[in-house]
Amino acid sequence: MEIPYVVKARPDTGLFNAKVGIWLFLASEVMLFGALFSAYILLRVGADPGSWPQGLLNVPIGTFNTTVLISSSVTVVLSWAALKMGRFNTYRKYQAITILCALGFLGIKSFEYRDKWTHYEIWKTDGTRVTGHIEGSPYFWNTATLTKKKLDQIMFAPDARHYNDPPAEHHVEAHAKHEFAPVKTSDIKRLSAFVPSHSTFFAIYFTLTALHGLHVLAGALVIAYIWGPGARMWKTDPERYTNRVEVSGLFWHFVDLVWIFLFPVLYLL
Amino acid sequence: MDKILGLPELASKHGVDVDRFIIYIHYLMIALFIGWTAYFLYAIWRFRSSRHPKADYVGVTSHASSYLELAVAAVEILLLVGFAIPMWAKVVDQGELDVSKAQLIRVTAQQFAWSGRYPGPDGKFGKQDIKLAAPSNKLGLWQMDDKLKKEDPDGKDDVVLADSVEIVAPVDTDVIVSLSSLDVIHSFKVPAMRMTHDAIPGMRIPVHFHPTKTGTFQINCAQLCGVGHSTMKSTFKVVSTNEFEVWLKSKAGSAPVNFE
Amino acid sequence: MSATTHAGQLHDVHQVEHHHELNFWQKYIFSTDHKIIGIQYGFMALLFLFFGFCLMLMMRWSIAFPDKPIPVVGGLLQWVLGKEAVPNGTMGPDLYNSFGAMHGTIMVFLAIVPLAFAAFGNYVVPLQIGAPDMAFPRVNMASFDCFFLGGVVMFSSFFIPGGAAKSGWTSYSPLATLAERTYLVNGQTFWIIGMVLLITSSLLGAVNFIATIIQLRAPGMTWMRLPFFCWAQFVTAFLLLLAFPPLEAAGVMQLMDNLAGTSFFLPSGLMVAGTTPIPISGGGSPLLWQHLFWFLGHPEVYVLILPGMGVVAEVIANNTRKPLWGYKSLVYSVLAIGFISFIVWAHHMYLTGMGTKISTFFQTTTMIISIPSVIILTCLFISLWGGSIRFNTQMLFALAFLPMFGIGGLTGLPLGFNFSDLHLHDTYYVIAHFHYVVAPGTIFALFAGIYHWFPKITGRLMNETLGRVHFWLSLIFMNAVFQPMFQQGMAGMIRRMYNGGATYAATPTESGLSPHILGLNKYVSMAAWFLCLAQLPFIINFFWTLWRGKKTPENPWHATTVEWDTPTPPPHGNFSRPVQIHRGPYEYSVPGHSADFTMQTQPEKGAKH
Ligand code: HEA
Ligand code: HEA
Ligand code: CUA
Ligand SMILES: [Cu+2]
Repeated sequence: MEIPYVVKARPDTGLFNAKVGIWLFLASEVMLFGALFSAYILLRVGADPGSWPQGLLNVPIGTFNTTVLISSSVTVVLSWAALKMGRFNTYRKYQAITILCALGFLGIKSFEYRDKWTHYEIWKTDGTRVTGHIEGSPYFWNTATLTKKKLDQIMFAPDARHYNDPPAEHHVEAHAKHEFAPVKTSDIKRLSAFVPSHSTFFAIYFTLTALHGLHVLAGALVIAYIWGPGARMWKTDPERYTNRVEVSGLFWHFVDLVWIFLFPVLYLL
Repeated sequence: MDKILGLPELASKHGVDVDRFIIYIHYLMIALFIGWTAYFLYAIWRFRSSRHPKADYVGVTSHASSYLELAVAAVEILLLVGFAIPMWAKVVDQGELDVSKAQLIRVTAQQFAWSGRYPGPDGKFGKQDIKLAAPSNKLGLWQMDDKLKKEDPDGKDDVVLADSVEIVAPVDTDVIVSLSSLDVIHSFKVPAMRMTHDAIPGMRIPVHFHPTKTGTFQINCAQLCGVGHSTMKSTFKVVSTNEFEVWLKSKAGSAPVNFE
Repeated sequence: MSATTHAGQLHDVHQVEHHHELNFWQKYIFSTDHKIIGIQYGFMALLFLFFGFCLMLMMRWSIAFPDKPIPVVGGLLQWVLGKEAVPNGTMGPDLYNSFGAMHGTIMVFLAIVPLAFAAFGNYVVPLQIGAPDMAFPRVNMASFDCFFLGGVVMFSSFFIPGGAAKSGWTSYSPLATLAERTYLVNGQTFWIIGMVLLITSSLLGAVNFIATIIQLRAPGMTWMRLPFFCWAQFVTAFLLLLAFPPLEAAGVMQLMDNLAGTSFFLPSGLMVAGTTPIPISGGGSPLLWQHLFWFLGHPEVYVLILPGMGVVAEVIANNTRKPLWGYKSLVYSVLAIGFISFIVWAHHMYLTGMGTKISTFFQTTTMIISIPSVIILTCLFISLWGGSIRFNTQMLFALAFLPMFGIGGLTGLPLGFNFSDLHLHDTYYVIAHFHYVVAPGTIFALFAGIYHWFPKITGRLMNETLGRVHFWLSLIFMNAVFQPMFQQGMAGMIRRMYNGGATYAATPTESGLSPHILGLNKYVSMAAWFLCLAQLPFIINFFWTLWRGKKTPENPWHATTVEWDTPTPPPHGNFSRPVQIHRGPYEYSVPGHSADFTMQTQPEKGAKH
């Protein structure tokens, strides 16, 4: 016997198999991200007052990336609609945009990551804290690096304002004073780039966005596969092919939806 | 009944309730078990195929089982509402407790020892700050810092016991033990006090009980905490109020112990 | 196993196309056939079950005779794991902790879940609902591959420097992060990666099971005609689907804590072994891990029991020769358990500083969830009344399941009230509680399932005499192992002690564990070793039957459900003709019928359906 309802919907449920499958899978994904969001809430609520880093993420870039991802959601719908009407070439055009958007999103995200990994915070022995850049923009230095490299001092360009300070009255142009000056190693209690181990904020930020990024990547790969090598099926079994596009589209919408939650939570709140 | 169950020696006030409650539930469990087992054995004997070759399609038609299920539910509700919740409230809430008369103890766990700290005659603990924490000052006490010492009068008379020195408490007094840990999660268990509670790093959790008997009791560590988990034993000594005063005085003024 | 009936397949173009091209590898190793995958799962799971048991046999030596060289296998162990881990063939606390954590992990995630859910579910569910295969055969294979990899990762962690994970199967942070600091990539890393693979496997499996049951039921197989076993698997799949992802999230976070130096579960100012505070940002919460773990952990325990209950229900209906009593109540109860099991998790955390309000909530839900279990057991008990009970081996195991699960379930009640948990938490009482549910409970149910479906799977009947010996010895020794643990727990003996509580022995001045309680350790260990010997008849029976067992007719137990209406063993594609279901699953001894069973597929004579 053949497996039934691979292509046609089962009359009493109104769904074909893969659609049931993807909805179930998405339910488990909701639990996965739900757990991470709960972790975020618990960590944030439990943080010492005033210690939660804020305003460290680049909101304009984030907003731009959000639009990129939302556009891809639109093109996914358009491509599926085109395919439903049998317009294969239109489908391909729209879906190409989707894939480009996905790559664009990931590209921008890696740019953001890089930015963070070269941006540092110093906890000084006198209890003050500054953020800024180290000369040569090295990646991933931390306190241990200083001893390992046997550095007595580092050249550090502090930012105008530390993220925990109240906003300055007159908006000082950050880069105006962005000059390198030596900081003694003996004055440094802790040095950390904005990497996951910097603070629980960055820990959850990187975990959530990386996990989301992996989903974007996986979704893009699937869509690209269906778009490219998988497109042979359009000739042999167009209905099933359209189903595949629909199912991958559902996954893509979910990935976008997660970002719609992530963006305000991480960037704005 | 407590003999049959083999409950260990009891030396605290709420422990009487704990034991009684455990006994009540076991009555329920044993009654259900005996009842069902009797039915079960009878049924498989009576309806074995050699004796009852033709099965009955319909089976039981009475509603006895629903009543039984309701009865189980009712007893559970009784145990829950009548005993467990109010009694737990008594253990956790400090509402009825006169904190000023209670003996405060801070117990800190670490791999693999327990240490106690008493507020001294003034009844107030000195200040702590994790920023000060260092091998020589694990608890981050202000008293151990030359500069901050002066700004912390409450801490002057504190008694800080070295690791694994027995923890002493007065009999017939409410004892409030605040639990914390320096490294991993441990669990403060004194079976004779019918008290178990986790000691969690980054948290300070108070529990209270009321010793009713003098004696030397064991402190167990009930939560897996590493290699030394099974040997993380200490002693909880309950003495008369007078003896306690004397003991505390003898320890006071000896200034915080240096752990090195 | 290859003696399949080909006649039916010839009608099917799809089958013919592939049939002759399948070589050994395609057929048995990289198979997409649900039956082969079920067998693969079953075989692996049995091996792991035995392996998990072996770990415990060695641990029981350490509990009974601490710091003495392990007899028989001590030398071997030292040779395999190295002198450092096993000095002079003795088990130190470190090794004990490793074995303990891995015993729990292996038993739960690599033995019982794959056996009860994946193996039986894969083999039986599609057959019972009249489907040709699972909905997504290739996803099914991927699920097994993930499981296999997860098993390899877990197993290999014993041999890496530092040894396997040693923070309990619960892997509580901060211990899980701090226990092994010599090696950055250590047993805990392997544990997490292994878990992520196993979780992925379960998720893929769960999606497949649910989709299969929803979509592929044969015509006429309405929800209320579904065998109870399928219902149990259906709910189990939902539990896995929704409860596992939070643990996956937690695993990722713990991995970050261990490798990337984050502080998800680590508060500020941790000081290990009296050194300066460890250099981490801090600010995390150890309780977060516990919440995420137990949010899985509690549904997980029902994952361990529900398939077992399903098997028992099938076997009881079949061997009492009468319909299950209260089929509907059974179905609603199992659904209720499914829902409620998501809101009871914190009863594992009563003693972590929980206020009255929250603990009241969780005590109440815990008591509520015991009601459907009581209903299920009651229905099964009442099903016996009026039957014509046939005592074959599978029925003996299924019957023994009832009081054994009863004991395990009932002793869950004093743990469920935090006032009594105050004394019993983390003692051997808890160990005894859950082993009664999973060992003489689930394992017995699974044995029942093996004896019941073995003829279907292999076409051969297992030996009854060996089966009975296996049953009676297992029953006696299981109880001999776990009954004394209630006493030990009541006396206040805590878990996870490599020396079995020797430190807490009573002294003349100090009350403590009495010689009687400590003496029970030796007795329990002996019983455990005898329990192992008691498995010999089973193992012999198992392999002997595979090789030489008596051939069986298609439906040796005169059962009614659909899996018995296929060729034995069923061919690829399962059914030789379209399946139409005509009635409920347990139509035994129907008045007016000459045979004492009426199969679900048998058309009603003269009546329209
Ligand atoms: C399959 C597994 C399984 C099942 C089904 C259960 C079922 C239950 N469990 Fe158990 N439990 C575990 C596995 C399981 N548990 C495990 C593995 C742990 C320990 C984890 C760890 O810390 O490592 C644990 C720990 C555990 C705790 C935490 C203890 C502690 O750490 O302090 C609690 C507390 O509430 C609890 C409660 C319950 C309750 C109320 C039920 C209820 O669902 C039970 C309901 C059933 C009944 C009430 C029986 C009904 C039967 C009859 C009425 C008929 C009787 C007939 C005869 C006897 C003939 N369990
Ligand atoms: C499903 C779960 C499961 C199962 C089945 C078991 C089964 C057993 N367990 Fe386990 N156990 C746990 C889950 C389980 N356990 C967990 C979660 C813990 C807590 C760990 C922790 O603290 O972190 C624990 C802890 C634990 C302890 C406490 C350790 C401690 O706290 O220090 C003990 C002590 O005796 C113990 C003993 C046993 C014994 C004797 C069995 C026996 O019942 C085993 C019986 C096994 C068989 C009878 C095997 C039969 C198999 C075959 C015959 C194979 C045949 C093969 C082929 C045909 C190919 N277990
Ligand atoms: Cu400390 Cu166990
Ligand atoms: Cu539970």
